[in-house]
Amino acid sequence: MPTMNLLQAVNVGLREAMRSDDRVVLLGEDIGRRGGVFGATEGLSKEFGAERVIDTPLTECGIVGSAIGMALYGLRPIPEIQFLDFIYPAFDQIVSEMAKYRYRSGGQYTCPMVLRAPAGGGIKGGHYHSQSSEAYFAHTPGLVVLMPATPFDAKGLLASAIQGEDPVIFLEPKRLYRAAKGEVPEERYTVPIGKARVAREGKNVTLVAWGAMVPVCEEAAGQAAEKGIDCEVIDLRSIVPLDAETILASVAKTGRAVIVHEAPKTGGFGAEISALIAEKAIEYLEAPIARVAGFDTPFPYTLEHIYMPDTRRVGKAIEGVINF
Amino acid sequence: MPRAAPQKAQKTSARKSKAAPQPLKAEQSALWERMYQHILLLRILDEKMLGLQRQGRIGFFGTVTGEEAAVIGSAAALEPTDWVFPALRQGGVLLWRGAPIDLLIAQCVGNSADLVKGRQMPSHASDRRWNVVSWSSCIGNQLPQAVGAAYAARLQRDKTAVLAYLGDGASSSADFHAAMNMAGVWKVPVVFFCQNNQWAISVPRAMQTASSSIAVKAKAYGFEGVQVDGNDAVAVHAATRSALEKARAGGGPTLVEAVTYRLGGHSSSDDPTKYRDAAEVEAAKKREPVARMKALLSEKAGWTEARDAQLREELKNDIDKAVQRVERAGPLDPGTLFDDVYAEASAALREQRETLEEEIARRRGAGAADGAFPL
Repeated sequence: MPTMNLLQAVNVGLREAMRSDDRVVLLGEDIGRRGGVFGATEGLSKEFGAERVIDTPLTECGIVGSAIGMALYGLRPIPEIQFLDFIYPAFDQIVSEMAKYRYRSGGQYTCPMVLRAPAGGGIKGGHYHSQSSEAYFAHTPGLVVLMPATPFDAKGLLASAIQGEDPVIFLEPKRLYRAAKGEVPEERYTVPIGKARVAREGKNVTLVAWGAMVPVCEEAAGQAAEKGIDCEVIDLRSIVPLDAETILASVAKTGRAVIVHEAPKTGGFGAEISALIAEKAIEYLEAPIARVAGFDTPFPYTLEHIYMPDTRRVGKAIEGVINF
Repeated sequence: MPRAAPQKAQKTSARKSKAAPQPLKAEQSALWERMYQHILLLRILDEKMLGLQRQGRIGFFGTVTGEEAAVIGSAAALEPTDWVFPALRQGGVLLWRGAPIDLLIAQCVGNSADLVKGRQMPSHASDRRWNVVSWSSCIGNQLPQAVGAAYAARLQRDKTAVLAYLGDGASSSADFHAAMNMAGVWKVPVVFFCQNNQWAISVPRAMQTASSSIAVKAKAYGFEGVQVDGNDAVAVHAATRSALEKARAGGGPTLVEAVTYRLGGHSSSDDPTKYRDAAEVEAAKKREPVARMKALLSEKAGWTEARDAQLREELKNDIDKAVQRVERAGPLDPGTLFDDVYAEASAALREQRETLEEEIARRRGAGAADGAFPL
């Protein structure tokens, strides 16, 4: 089984989808001849031609809007937004159109499409190349929101997303593009949407994270283990639909929950998980639910290492719930 | 010519009518008659639906009064396989393509007869069987989608053209620019049909753009824009058909600007007397399309007052019967609220549905147990 990084897994997943299904087309800025600014679409234009790997004009609302039209007509478009931070001109197309076609047409018209975007900080990109805005999309009924943290999940979730019938926001943690490495099967496989991954089993504290915060939690769990604290790490993978069952079963076992995300704390998706645990598992809790998140500030440039949750902050929260 | 003044377009059309001394071919006469029937149908439907809205039987209505020729003339130019992305006032396209009046009325009533299950406010009908896509209310959003659909049609080697409607207000939107630009670059088989009715709610055309016309904007995107008298169904039909044929033949996009006038308010919720001179409306009424098409038919196709009166009666009857049929249908099942959010309901949705249905059952049960008179 070949070892590859998350970026390569995305590339391989896209190639596989394009080979097996003529309806799959890619569109976005610099994705063709340039192969994408990160290289996610490297070599695809050469293999599949400019008609199916479309270098678009610089227009996010146009990219998503036209992809919606392609999906309505019967294609399986995979638009790329170069950085999640640039998605806002397309916000209207995503929340008013892509998310609502099935519902508003009484099931007549659907948008099976996968909107890919590199997300999150940690690459010294400043405010406009670093945000994690998953909560905006999680708040819109009709959208599926996915964020893999491993190369295996990236390829398998992408395959599920492409073969599915719903519009998907597929967030790729850009900090892990090259940092996350792992074995990825050459053959096609799928990872189920709506099923969290238990990245590490433990019985004292439940850590819930997604994207680039998963390895941070795994490292913090390793450090806690040295102090005799046994942490379970849940990698959501799928933000919507949420695997409430796995989270609640874990909290029922550990009695303590720490939720970790990069996005600002207020209104972040951690608040939803916190509410879920409070509504359905409060009787198991030994300590208040803790959240470790980005601060309620815009994403900084120079001080990004202070802004982003790290093992020190996660470790402090773990100790907080243990010593409560 | 990519650009023509509205007066010029009107003259062209008038000249075309005058330059036909020989009797009409039966085929053309039948087409004109059918266009007139639909134009009149829309006018009478507007009156009926506005009446239903005033009586509280529907919540809202967006009339097309004064703009019927633009809708029917363009719809008549379509092939059945062509796709349509409508805006607010294009319900007539569905009727032209063969959908029953019940479809539009049921969508306004929003009960169990409604194909879109009461999910949208009135005047937002769609029907996949007639290739008329669903519209959101967000101005201009349908335009890049139409470009994408046209791209897909070409990629699949279909001989499909896409007709995307917009108003004059939408020409200011970001999505208009995105769509026009992409259509020009990709040279896809799309026709943008701007039904310029001079008013975007209360904002007149002159405050919308400093361009000499909407049509002229196409030039900057590298394709043809044509302006046509939108109250002349025959001229609209010719201009749209030529644009669609060009699109199907691989000639790329066209922007057709149909110059017309919104005789009513923006919708049943609007009072145009607050912002618009009565004199302007009176002047526009002299050019309105129902009388115009009728005059053309009388002159060229032997249309008589007797036939006209009979047609009006038939259409009124058809509409009244359709309203009765639709209103007889039952209310929507509250559980349908949760359908069609995703291909398959999520656990969260299933739980919310169960909670609601239990609550409804409990309320019903409590009512029965009380034995109280329900009113």
